[in-house]
Amino acid sequence: MVFANWSVRIGGTALLVLVLLAITAPWLGTVDPTLFDAASRDLRPGASGEIMTLEGHVLKHTFLMGSDSFGRDIYSRVLYGTRVSLLVGIASALLALAFGVVLGLAAGYIRWLDGPLMRVMDGIMAIPAILIAIAVVALWRASLPTVIVAIAIPEIPRVTRLVRALALSIREEPYVEAAVALGTPTGKIMFGHILPNTIAPLLVQGTYVCAFSILLEAILSFLGVGLPPDIPTWGNIMAEGRVQFVAYPHNVFFPGVFLAVTVLAVNILGDGLRDTLDPKMAKRV
Amino acid sequence: MLLVVAVFVFLLLRLTPGDPAAIMAGDAATGEQIESIRAGLGLDRPIPVQFGIWLGKVLSGDLGESFYFRIKVATLIGQRLEPTFALAALTILIAVVVSIPLGVVAAWRFGGWFDRALMGFSVMGFSIPVFVLAYLLIWVVSLQLGWFPVQGYRRLADGFLPFLHHLILPAITLSVIYIALIARVTRASVLEALGEDYIRTARAKGLTEIRVLVRHALANAAVPIATVIGIGVAILIGGVVVTESVYAIPGLGRLTVDAVLARDFPTIQGVILFFSFIYVLVNLLIDLSYVFLDPRIRY
Repeated sequence: MVFANWSVRIGGTALLVLVLLAITAPWLGTVDPTLFDAASRDLRPGASGEIMTLEGHVLKHTFLMGSDSFGRDIYSRVLYGTRVSLLVGIASALLALAFGVVLGLAAGYIRWLDGPLMRVMDGIMAIPAILIAIAVVALWRASLPTVIVAIAIPEIPRVTRLVRALALSIREEPYVEAAVALGTPTGKIMFGHILPNTIAPLLVQGTYVCAFSILLEAILSFLGVGLPPDIPTWGNIMAEGRVQFVAYPHNVFFPGVFLAVTVLAVNILGDGLRDTLDPKMAKRV
Repeated sequence: MLLVVAVFVFLLLRLTPGDPAAIMAGDAATGEQIESIRAGLGLDRPIPVQFGIWLGKVLSGDLGESFYFRIKVATLIGQRLEPTFALAALTILIAVVVSIPLGVVAAWRFGGWFDRALMGFSVMGFSIPVFVLAYLLIWVVSLQLGWFPVQGYRRLADGFLPFLHHLILPAITLSVIYIALIARVTRASVLEALGEDYIRTARAKGLTEIRVLVRHALANAAVPIATVIGIGVAILIGGVVVTESVYAIPGLGRLTVDAVLARDFPTIQGVILFFSFIYVLVNLLIDLSYVFLDPRIRY
């Protein structure tokens, strides 16, 4: 089945490791990612130094990935950043899927809604995703919920189009006609009969949306318009490190590698799911 | 479609809790001063009236005045256009020249090592964030090898070679994801064309393999390739915003970020509208180009 596919195995394993890293971050030799110590500024990866806790204890600490210009431990920040990235990626994907499913089913099954709804979706799709996200963040000030919403909004039309296309073909199936003939309420047909048959392509689309959301969150943070700088995210770490990139490239490279590997893992997982769950789509792409 | 964009852009940026008049006036301003600035900007009118006025102006090419830079947004966009346009054009050029041959060869040797390598590269290209790639390239090519400048931009007026020298690394950075996208679609559509009867006919009448691939397979695969180049412009615009920030290029992407940080709504509106307009325009031109790419299509 699904797990026989090598892409699913590789992508899934990598992702599982990242999730475990995110959950167990406090026990992996990290310190509080917001702690800083002037004496341990700009350390190279692997250097030893000290860091003072909020209670005033001075800890001996090995800076596995070096430290930034405030003396914060990059290793701790990167590991805690995994939490933010995965959370934002998954939450945005779920949000986009939820709205996309409802709108797509409505457009695909309720005929008079189709025209107006899809014109609005076309309009949103004409604005590049990053610009929408930047504009929404500018509008509401960046915090975890607003960034999640800002990233989900440009994804909604893509999910809507997919669900609508699926709903349009599924509504002609005999079992839907039978349900209509039996007088089943419209809501029940949409969610009880059509929706379950869109799950496989939705799952595939969902992983791609998730990968793109993680990327977009990092881009927003990196540009300085995303999550506030006190939250350790990969984009924020890179944004702070870029000033000193020439002298201390490790501030940019470690979060960059984590980001690239995470997105790659999700994409590979998506490709694998597509090949196994949705052979028709696999042939098209 | 552009009307939806206009409404969306307008509402998104006007229903905002931050008060631009207060920001402009500064911390020491009195309530009266803020009110007068607000009236001067027309921010005291009802929202639909503001939208009507704004749309009328936009249609006549007037995007308003920047809160922050204190000049016309249209002028501002004009000033920042050259670097962005140059970067985008060079990126598309690199992407098309590199990706289409790659895609054709991958389809020709379907399932072979080259095909698998290209598909692997394509997944990587989709996954590696533009700014991570940018720093990787700066590190290797600019800092270690010293071939290109780390950052900055030279205007075309300062000479073509310095201009190209500063632009080539950003363009390569930006083109990677585009190459991944176009190569993938080229491979898929050429692969489909290669399965057709006319390819067998062409081979049967003794045409050279290269002629079969280019004149018969690629020509028949042109429409989807053109389509994906158009869709890719959205990725390109997003990439421009990031790339210009990394390489310190004073273009429209940099302007977008600056405008958001300064909460400069007319500029944000103007830039988003402008980018969306370009995107729609490019895709319209590509739709029209189908007539040349596929003589069966008539409008």
